[in-house]
Amino acid sequence: MYYLYPVTVVALLISFVIDRKKTLTALTIAGKKFISIAPAFVLMLVLVSVVLFIVPDEMISHVLGNNNNFSGLMAASFFGSITLMPGFVAFPLCGILLGKGVSYMVLSAFTTTLMMVGILTFPLEKHYFGVKVTILRNIMGFLTALVIALSIGFFFDELL
Amino acid sequence: MKIHNTPVQAVAAAFFFIFVLTSFVIGFIPGKQIGLNFISFSIEMLKVLPCAFILVGLFEVWVKKESIEKHFGTTSGFMGYAWSILLAGTSVGGIYVVLPLACSLYNKGAKISFVLTYVGASAICRIPMTIFEASFLGIKFSLIRLLLSIPLVILGSMWLGNYLEKKDYKIKGD
Repeated sequence: MYYLYPVTVVALLISFVIDRKKTLTALTIAGKKFISIAPAFVLMLVLVSVVLFIVPDEMISHVLGNNNNFSGLMAASFFGSITLMPGFVAFPLCGILLGKGVSYMVLSAFTTTLMMVGILTFPLEKHYFGVKVTILRNIMGFLTALVIALSIGFFFDELL
Repeated sequence: MKIHNTPVQAVAAAFFFIFVLTSFVIGFIPGKQIGLNFISFSIEMLKVLPCAFILVGLFEVWVKKESIEKHFGTTSGFMGYAWSILLAGTSVGGIYVVLPLACSLYNKGAKISFVLTYVGASAICRIPMTIFEASFLGIKFSLIRLLLSIPLVILGSMWLGNYLEKKDYKIKGD
């Protein structure tokens, strides 16, 4: 992702020229966010380095990769629906899995269900919206995630 | 969005580092391999993370969500959906922040379908999250996902909102 560096540098420069104080605040916010997420991050890296040692790369790309789309899609949307993970941790994890040969389609099924379907947050959502709306909303989120995943698969030429 | 480091996690991490260090000292090959995995993943992360966090910081400093909140609820029709998406895009914090705000918007008189759009969109269009997504999965991925998911969330919320209004359903609120 090499475009990230020029984009960041340009954004920082523009911001700095317009308002130094705000830019410094932005950097402080960035640092604070980084520190607050760091423990969860280290833990994720620990788990991933152990799991990826035990499970060979070929197996990962076989189950979640291009050869076996349907099972990968189902597994990813299942895990995405039941797990709770902040995006600041989930996307870096996806970056690692992408490098291991997992398809974009499966990663999108995972991240979208992760964000749209919350089985573990059901009690909380029920408290605000009531049981019926919560169930309908989550089912809708799951279907939306599947449609998005299949379309991502189509655009990245991973279907079939 | 904050995950607190519980004692169990701290112990697990400490155990891991002692294990890896010992493996390197006594030459235990699987342990060394796991340690090298950890180092190479950490380097990959450190290449991307600083930029992603700086962009998130800049975003939070320059975008004021209060001004968007003002427009919400007073508008109707298509603009109502547009403001819902904008408000969601600029919101920070997870579902613990989104749900109470959604209820307060509803209590201030916003339509159910706008509120549902806001909740749905805050799961998928939050700009800080999208910065992270694009940093690790690429801009093409993020663009396709955003362009598809926004209409889907609006359509779904319209349908569910209309259905609930027909049934004269009231959100409990808080």
